[in-house]
Amino acid sequence: MASGSQIVVEDLHLSFAQKEVLHGLTFEIKSNEIFGIIGPAQSGKTSLLRCLNRTIDFTPQARLRGRVRVDGQDVRDNTNVYQLRRRIGMVAPLPVGLPISIYDNVAFAPRCVGISKKSELDGLVEQCLRQSALWDEVKDRLDSLGTKLSGGQQQRLTIARALSHQPEILCLDEFSIAIDPVTTMRIEEVLKQLRQQMTIILVTNLTQQARRLADRTMFLWNGDIIELAPTEVIFSEHPGSQKTYDYVNGIFG
Amino acid sequence: MQVTLPAKPVEQTLLVRRAKRPNWSVLIERALEVFIRLCGVSAVLFVLAIFFFVFKEALPVLTNPKFSLSQFLFSDQWYPTSEVNKRYGVLAMIAGTFSVTVLAMLIAVPFGLGAAVYLSEFCGARAKETLKVVIELLAAIPSVVWGFIGLTVLSRLIVKYTGAAVGVNVLNGGIILALMSVPIIVSIGEDALKAVPDAYREAGIALGATRWQLIWRVLFPAARNGLLAAVLLGVGRAVGETMAVLMATGHAVHIPHSFLDSVRTLTANIAAELGEAPAHSEHYQVLFLMGVLLFIITFLVNLCADLVVRGVRRK
Amino acid sequence: MFEASPLVRRKLRQETLAKWIFAGMAASMILPLLLILIYLIGKAWPSLSPSFLFSVPTRGMRDGGVWPAFIGTIYLVGMSLAVSAPIGVLAAVYLNEYARDNWLNRLINLAVINLAGVPSIVHALFGLGAFVYAARFGYSIISASLTLAIMTMPVIIASTREALASVPLSFREACWNVGATRWQTIRAVVLPNSISGILTGVILQVSRAAGETAPIMFTGVVFFKAIPPGKIFPYGLHEQCMALSMHLFTLSTQVPDVKESIPFATAVVLLGSVLLVNATAIALRVRLRSRKKW
Repeated sequence: MASGSQIVVEDLHLSFAQKEVLHGLTFEIKSNEIFGIIGPAQSGKTSLLRCLNRTIDFTPQARLRGRVRVDGQDVRDNTNVYQLRRRIGMVAPLPVGLPISIYDNVAFAPRCVGISKKSELDGLVEQCLRQSALWDEVKDRLDSLGTKLSGGQQQRLTIARALSHQPEILCLDEFSIAIDPVTTMRIEEVLKQLRQQMTIILVTNLTQQARRLADRTMFLWNGDIIELAPTEVIFSEHPGSQKTYDYVNGIFG
Repeated sequence: MQVTLPAKPVEQTLLVRRAKRPNWSVLIERALEVFIRLCGVSAVLFVLAIFFFVFKEALPVLTNPKFSLSQFLFSDQWYPTSEVNKRYGVLAMIAGTFSVTVLAMLIAVPFGLGAAVYLSEFCGARAKETLKVVIELLAAIPSVVWGFIGLTVLSRLIVKYTGAAVGVNVLNGGIILALMSVPIIVSIGEDALKAVPDAYREAGIALGATRWQLIWRVLFPAARNGLLAAVLLGVGRAVGETMAVLMATGHAVHIPHSFLDSVRTLTANIAAELGEAPAHSEHYQVLFLMGVLLFIITFLVNLCADLVVRGVRRK
Repeated sequence: MFEASPLVRRKLRQETLAKWIFAGMAASMILPLLLILIYLIGKAWPSLSPSFLFSVPTRGMRDGGVWPAFIGTIYLVGMSLAVSAPIGVLAAVYLNEYARDNWLNRLINLAVINLAGVPSIVHALFGLGAFVYAARFGYSIISASLTLAIMTMPVIIASTREALASVPLSFREACWNVGATRWQTIRAVVLPNSISGILTGVILQVSRAAGETAPIMFTGVVFFKAIPPGKIFPYGLHEQCMALSMHLFTLSTQVPDVKESIPFATAVVLLGSVLLVNATAIALRVRLRSRKKW
């Protein structure tokens, strides 16, 4: 794994139909770190993630200025956007189980790249389901429909899907909304282990989750970076900005 | 709380990361996408072609200096085959279409909306399914079969009970068109009523309203747009109907004075005379012009229905 | 004990009265039709038999069977659906899954929807102007089936789009997030979950194509064409053919001295075929509604 910054964002402006949502963000994310992004709702956290893997392209009125580089290469220079999306795993806030079998849910991404040997797929499916703490509950019914699982199970299935294409960067967008606290803890343990293999970007509304997991945390508010610092600093008595202190301590947001 | 991860050989951990999609797979997909795009474009072309060809064939007659558009639209003298004095006035046919459609709506709208109310407010679930299937099958009956029914069954009944000279007239066409338009009024009307939130009904009941009051004063006003759209689409169906009216309304090209008069509608007239008119002759072009007129009328009706559904009201 | 007060009793009566009145309105549309159908079958009875379907008309079209018309209708419907179904479905896939949402596409949308409501005689005019004359196919099966194809295509496009749109966007987004291409998403998730709706839409157009008269009357279908009885492929593609709908129309309006049961039997055959196809589509729709996957 290359050391140094894996993701470099330079002066990123994002606007939807004349209304600017991200105002010139500049920051870096290092390899193999857990990077937390906190902030109240509508701060642009999800939009920022979507700029990373270029799913922002699907929103017709979105306008981008500035640069996002992954491993030195601008994401928009990439001719193969699908390969970019395979390098970045994305877990959305709302759980989505595809209306195919659980096995097919997790095997979908590998099959898209041409992996078809059953032994290889079996191994991958099991590994991803174990990593997302779902294996024990579904190992006997891998044929059942992904949509018939409970909300929490579907969210873990989404995580398994995100892991199934072995991304270098894993983005989790408020993944624990639909999951109970016990399962959340299990997944947080997995994330701590996964950082050896990938960089993790954790967007969360639960500031304490960022405190537990993130090495560095960025406080995003209304499309501006208020502060970006090691987590201990953000959550200390004297963070760089008063707003950070207020938000972290629940005075607003 | 530890999660057990079985030990895996290093090669597998990078299996997907290092995989690359085989070239043949990419090529096939590209070819498929080109084909899909082609279908999209060609379908659009066909759709536009319909507009184009009908207008194209009618155009020569419009640029003909001897042809007067106002005479076309407002004169009831239709003598396209006269040797000495060709006249192309379609007013009688417009009157024919109008009279049959109005009669059909007078019958179909109350019964259709009544059936829609029954389906939406009173019906049990199983009866509802059955009734909806029956209505859908009703809508599937081909127009030539409806025309046949009008020609054979209904005309005898009309002659018997009204003493009319001929059984094919405005009344016959109106009844047949009513039966043909009811399914669309019922299905769209029922959708409109179903879309009214239950909260309205509950509020009405809580205020002590009877069923009648609930339907008249709460549901109909609330579903007004959708119900109007249903009626408009029924009108569109009636105006555009060809074979049934051809067979059921008779052959007289004149403005009707009573329900028992035979008439010709715009659609029926084109169908009746297109086979006889020599290709690309003036008569032929005028028939295409009537087609353009029909196009415009049905387009306007559908546009109204569309706008009404979106809540834009026209004064 | 609660006993209904006079007010409540009267309300109940009103309620029942309302129910019966509206039920009556619904029934009064259906009952006459049932009576008519019974009358039709009754009048057609003397001629209704398997041989009616498989034998050719005799006595100058005044007697005999409807085989040439029946097989002609199958030809026309088959050929027209062979063109309009693939192109229409794929065009809908393009419009719904690939095309960007701009003014051009909204215009196309509007055009497609409006074309679904065009009178059938206008389709006849189009077929005449475009296929018989401009494309020089002349009066033939090709002209007639292409006219039917253009008639059914807009509705197939519209109903396919509806089926595709019933698959929630969240499924597609989940696929895009793992790096699947549009086609991979369509093949794995969108199409399998909308194929039943698509099929229903196509089958419904089959019955519509079988029943239409005007579009084929002026583009290549005739009342009489001599073919040997029972032959499966009697028509060459550039020839004219017979069709059930045209047969019924001409028999009932232009041929005197027909044995009374023949047109009725023709009507019954046409109506029966159309209703059978529609019932299949409805059964298909009911079956897949019960197998909802989300």
